[in-house]
Amino acid sequence: MSLTLDGVDVVLDGQPIVTDVSLEVAAGERLALLGPSGSGKSTILRVIAGLQPPTRGEVLLDGRDVTDVPPHRREIGLVFQDAVLFPHRDVAGNVGFGPRVTGVADGEREARVAEALALVGLAGSEHRDVATLSGGEAQRVALARALATRPRVLLLDEPLGALDGPLRFRLQSDLRALFEELSLTVVHVTHDVGEAFALGDRVAVLRAGRLAQLASPDELWARPADDWVARFLGLRNVVADGKRATVTRPEAVRVRPGGGAVVVSAERDGSVVRLVVRRDDGSELEGVSTDVAPPGKGDSVSVEIDPAGVVEVPVWHEQVSD
Amino acid sequence: MTRRRRTVALAAVPVAFLLVFFAWPLAAILERSLLGEADGEGALDVLTRESTLEIAWFTLWQATVSTALTLLAALPLAWALARFRFRGRSLVEALVLVPFVLPTVVVATAFVALLPERVERSVWAIFLAHVFFNVAVVVRVVGSFWAGLDPKLGDAAATLGARPAQRHLRVTLPLLGPALASAASIVFLFCFTSFGVIVVLGGLRFATLESEIYNQAARLFDLRTAAVLALVQLCAVALTVLVSSALERRLGVRVRRGRTAMPPVGRDRVLVTVVVGLSTALLVLPPLALVLRSLRVGDGHGFAHFRSLAAETPALLVEPWHAILNSLVFASAAAVIALAVGIPAAVVVARGRSGVDALVMLPLGASAAMLGFGFLLAFDERPLDLRSSPAIVPVAQALVAIPFVVRALVPALRAADVRLREAAAVLGASPGRVRRELELPLLARPLAVAAGLAFAVALGEFGATVFVSRADWPTVPVAIFRFLGRPGESNVGTAMALCVVLMGLVAAVALLSERSLARRATG
Repeated sequence: MSLTLDGVDVVLDGQPIVTDVSLEVAAGERLALLGPSGSGKSTILRVIAGLQPPTRGEVLLDGRDVTDVPPHRREIGLVFQDAVLFPHRDVAGNVGFGPRVTGVADGEREARVAEALALVGLAGSEHRDVATLSGGEAQRVALARALATRPRVLLLDEPLGALDGPLRFRLQSDLRALFEELSLTVVHVTHDVGEAFALGDRVAVLRAGRLAQLASPDELWARPADDWVARFLGLRNVVADGKRATVTRPEAVRVRPGGGAVVVSAERDGSVVRLVVRRDDGSELEGVSTDVAPPGKGDSVSVEIDPAGVVEVPVWHEQVSD
Repeated sequence: MTRRRRTVALAAVPVAFLLVFFAWPLAAILERSLLGEADGEGALDVLTRESTLEIAWFTLWQATVSTALTLLAALPLAWALARFRFRGRSLVEALVLVPFVLPTVVVATAFVALLPERVERSVWAIFLAHVFFNVAVVVRVVGSFWAGLDPKLGDAAATLGARPAQRHLRVTLPLLGPALASAASIVFLFCFTSFGVIVVLGGLRFATLESEIYNQAARLFDLRTAAVLALVQLCAVALTVLVSSALERRLGVRVRRGRTAMPPVGRDRVLVTVVVGLSTALLVLPPLALVLRSLRVGDGHGFAHFRSLAAETPALLVEPWHAILNSLVFASAAAVIALAVGIPAAVVVARGRSGVDALVMLPLGASAAMLGFGFLLAFDERPLDLRSSPAIVPVAQALVAIPFVVRALVPALRAADVRLREAAAVLGASPGRVRRELELPLLARPLAVAAGLAFAVALGEFGATVFVSRADWPTVPVAIFRFLGRPGESNVGTAMALCVVLMGLVAAVALLSERSLARRATG
């Protein structure tokens, strides 16, 4: 099922929340909507689900305009940030809710509930009280509830936002495996760059209600649309000069022992060590080392930059008008 | 129709009802007190009478002392229930609520049964009855807040060197401040406007503004003085309500399950045992005494007092069992009216119209005797002459019950929050289906609770009913009052028997409304 947004505006109480957002998600594609809080990403999700009518623009499913179709007829699954389970129903009651209200027969419904719970790793929890679920379990039940309706498009609103640490990481890789297995069309909102890169085939970066860039994670990393996007992605070697900025990816910065530069900080991040190096002209540069014996803080090093990892981008200026 | 217009339409029901049956009687009181007869004394003369001042002073100080004693008695129990898990805790929690649903007349009569005759009609009896009645308020309001406080705060204070008493004084008490103030103002309001307890236990020796309104209007037929007193009462109550609602707003709502409760150990174990034991005794003894006294016949025991319910009596125009029937009929009608008015009101309030909230809460503050008196003044002539109609009784009772209905429904309506509805919609539930699958099940239990509460409140309603009920249509509380007002052991005994019946009815209603909805929806 493909999804298209065409020129969507949302204005609430006179405030533009979303402005002129157009994007296409192919059938089976996973799109991440990435942006800081207040960038309008959750509102876009609500527009797709039919919970928020757009002020202007259209929502199309498989080329059919569904802008005026109410949420309960859109066949779209939505997983809220904090699960929003029905407190008066047990796990099976929650997961089976969608099939029941859409008239799925009892036997089929039970099968779907069992299947959805198995998919999220909670097989056999049908009769648990939702009040006894942990945060991670509640989120899995919410996902199972959305899956049990066999949605044409699955929407996830910061599904891992309420979780932390190893649980978050585990659920993230579970989700990725699940989406691939089901070849679902997924739109997924997050403010976490790592999550967006992990779960999205493509990533839409949102800034103040507008689409700043829409690209695959690799393209985003290689060619950010402007200095703001580069910084938002976590790139630190961004040097602005007038209307242009130079972005140097850290993996293009090769650090070797001996030389005129000094390591200011060295932090291990999994299999790589992130280094900040001060060069003799006083400028600082971030690089990574994959060496078995990486340089430490205070070491003298030399720096070499791979030109393939350097890109010139425009400097973004906040627009005051329109 | 848009949602906004629907809200306005919904609001029209409670607003119209309250205009006719609340605002109008109030206006009648105002008219009578301020305009009145040309040749009578002015309102100011009534106000400055020595007896008025004495009554106002007594009302104030008995309410203050009662409130202080209630806090003293209830706080230890609130602490034990909020902080600890122990065997029988849920039973004690249920027990605490019992006095609150008991009719005031029953509570007062229970203390007549419990206390030795010397104390029976003293100011101490009044204090005790008020404490008994209001412990529930403090335990609920303060206790739920207390249970939500992070016990780690106390732990932190302990690691910083604070002794247990200091922890309570320096950490817990200041944090509980708003809850304490809110509970205290509610209790104060109840004691200030207390009617049944005062007229039963205070007799003619102790009068509060509330009981004096009744005395002047129903016994001395001085409607003018009664109206002026009602006006004073109204101002005092309005002031208290303003203070308490301001406090409550600061308090916010925090209902968390008492997950922090732990089994008590060491010194706490002894304290909890003592506190729970004493509180349980305080809560159980009066009703127990009532039951025993109703069975005491002469020097022996028997059911003679219950048998006398079927016998003719000079205290009433009808046999006492008629009062039971009347009460059931009136309370059913009152519950229906209270729901019909309270449900739309609650929906409007849940949508954030606090103006309607304040409006429907008014009768609660206005005090029952004042409502009854207002009815007496307003509906004795055309266009609405209800004085001779029995319908006036359930209407008056419904007025008292509406605030309870609204209070029981609003949290549930708010809990069925927007996002739950959205979740149901994206799962494919149409708006009608959302109402059926989500809102009704979520509301079924609070609705039953509201209906039960309205019925129980109406069953026990005394202050307003005593003004408007006709002698040939007495309700149980009114009949109890009449019997207690007559000398002789058999009259007291019949009153006790009626109290036991009323207590049983209220208990049955409470159980039913809880039980019928204990079932949880599954699948």
